[in-house]
Amino acid sequence: MIELDKVAYSYGGGELLSDISLTVQPGSFHFLTGPSGAGKTTFLKLMYGDLLATAGQVRLSGVDTRTMSRDQIALARRKIGVVPQNSQFLDHLSVADNVALPLQVAGRDATEAQADLEQLLSWVGLSSHRDAFPPELSGGERQRVALARAVMMSPDVILADEPTGNIDWEMSQRILKLLVELNKMGKTVMIATHDLTMIRASKAQVQARVLRIANRRLQLAGADL
Amino acid sequence: MKATTLAMALMVGDPHSDRVVPPTGFTAQLTSFTSAAMAFLACFALALSVSSGRLADRWAQELSQSLTIRISAPGDQLAVQTQAALAVLETTPGIEEARPLDADEQRALLAPWFGQSLPIEELPVPQLIDVIEASDADLDVDGLRLRLQAEAPGAVIDDHSRWRRPLVQAAQRLRGLSALSLILITGAMAAMVTLAAHAALSANRSVIEVLRQVGARDDYIAKAFVRRFTLRALGGAAVGTIAGMIAVALMPSSEATAGFLTDLGFRGLGWLLPATIPILAGIVAFAATRFAALRTLRTMA
Repeated sequence: MIELDKVAYSYGGGELLSDISLTVQPGSFHFLTGPSGAGKTTFLKLMYGDLLATAGQVRLSGVDTRTMSRDQIALARRKIGVVPQNSQFLDHLSVADNVALPLQVAGRDATEAQADLEQLLSWVGLSSHRDAFPPELSGGERQRVALARAVMMSPDVILADEPTGNIDWEMSQRILKLLVELNKMGKTVMIATHDLTMIRASKAQVQARVLRIANRRLQLAGADL
Repeated sequence: MKATTLAMALMVGDPHSDRVVPPTGFTAQLTSFTSAAMAFLACFALALSVSSGRLADRWAQELSQSLTIRISAPGDQLAVQTQAALAVLETTPGIEEARPLDADEQRALLAPWFGQSLPIEELPVPQLIDVIEASDADLDVDGLRLRLQAEAPGAVIDDHSRWRRPLVQAAQRLRGLSALSLILITGAMAAMVTLAAHAALSANRSVIEVLRQVGARDDYIAKAFVRRFTLRALGGAAVGTIAGMIAVALMPSSEATAGFLTDLGFRGLGWLLPATIPILAGIVAFAATRFAALRTLRTMA
């Protein structure tokens, strides 16, 4: 469970987020929306310890991230799958190796998880690209590789930052479907997006809570969507 | 045990963590070349340090075990005072041998200044007595000086300390400077490896971000860089050390032309000393890269 208690984040003398409180219940599905530059990415980064709150507390499994050591944060990230806005990969490794990367850094033998890896690649529809290298992939394929990598360690929480940005409608629906499937498996999912059509399209598939960041604060949205 | 484990881990490596860092040709070559060059210089500095130390010890030992007695007296008293001095020396503990130089030996000593045909018998040249101290006894030079003053008033002891001390000091300082050079070379190498590691870390910032994002601990990331740089430094230093040892071995031998410079080098088991250079280079590279990696990682989220 991730809890935010009166969280604020300031950078360069200005406050980007202010007085944000939220409890992300296990198994819930959230959309986080708001205009560009509102602080959606910052919000997600606070949730997985990539940034530390300048006021208030972000608690991962009850522990304030500001009191966690770097190693503790690294270990906590293994339970949080992240699909970043501009997914980066190790370009000298194949798609399969990139997807298996979380296993490797956790010291687990990727060969033992070979079946899981193949299943995961098949799930995101990239079995035929397993030996390709990231620079050879399209935007949609890269996002699916990022999603596969994010769920490789079977995390409890999936945080996706604009996962459908810069990809076509059909592909964004495919990615949304994958995220909904993950939620149905019991995973907590939070998607940051400015794409309201995607949020509307999801209504038939999942019961989602829609949050909006406006004027540095978090608001519950929904009625106007 | 921990050091052995660490060395084994460095040699065997972790195939997973090794693969996460892409090959970086330029920094690899820079580290190897720097290590080779520094090891080459370190080999010479070590040879200089060893040789100057050997020289200082030899001068100190050889010169401290001999002294010269000069007897200046009117012609008719010279032989008497020489005999009196020899008698004193014979009864002095700590003296192994005391021998008056004959006319030919004294002529040879003066030849550089006055030529070979010097009529030494006709000149009031002082008589010299060459004294060798026993190596296992402690000679009381002050006591000997007092006894000689009583028995042979024209006798003056020269224990060579006047010119021996600066020579020995010079050799000792040379040894110190060589050791300082070794320290500076080590420091310069650490700085260069640190810079190369920084460059590699900066070039691979996106790789590090990905690794952090998927839950890699700093130690895991650092290890991938540290092993690579340590092995590069070790390999480069090994090549540089071998080249340095060959260069030292090819210096002219002292038998051919006697002198300090021709005596530069290692002897016997001393040839094993340069083997420590690559090991030291590896340790320095390990510490420098680990320090640079962990410091850089701490600046990242």
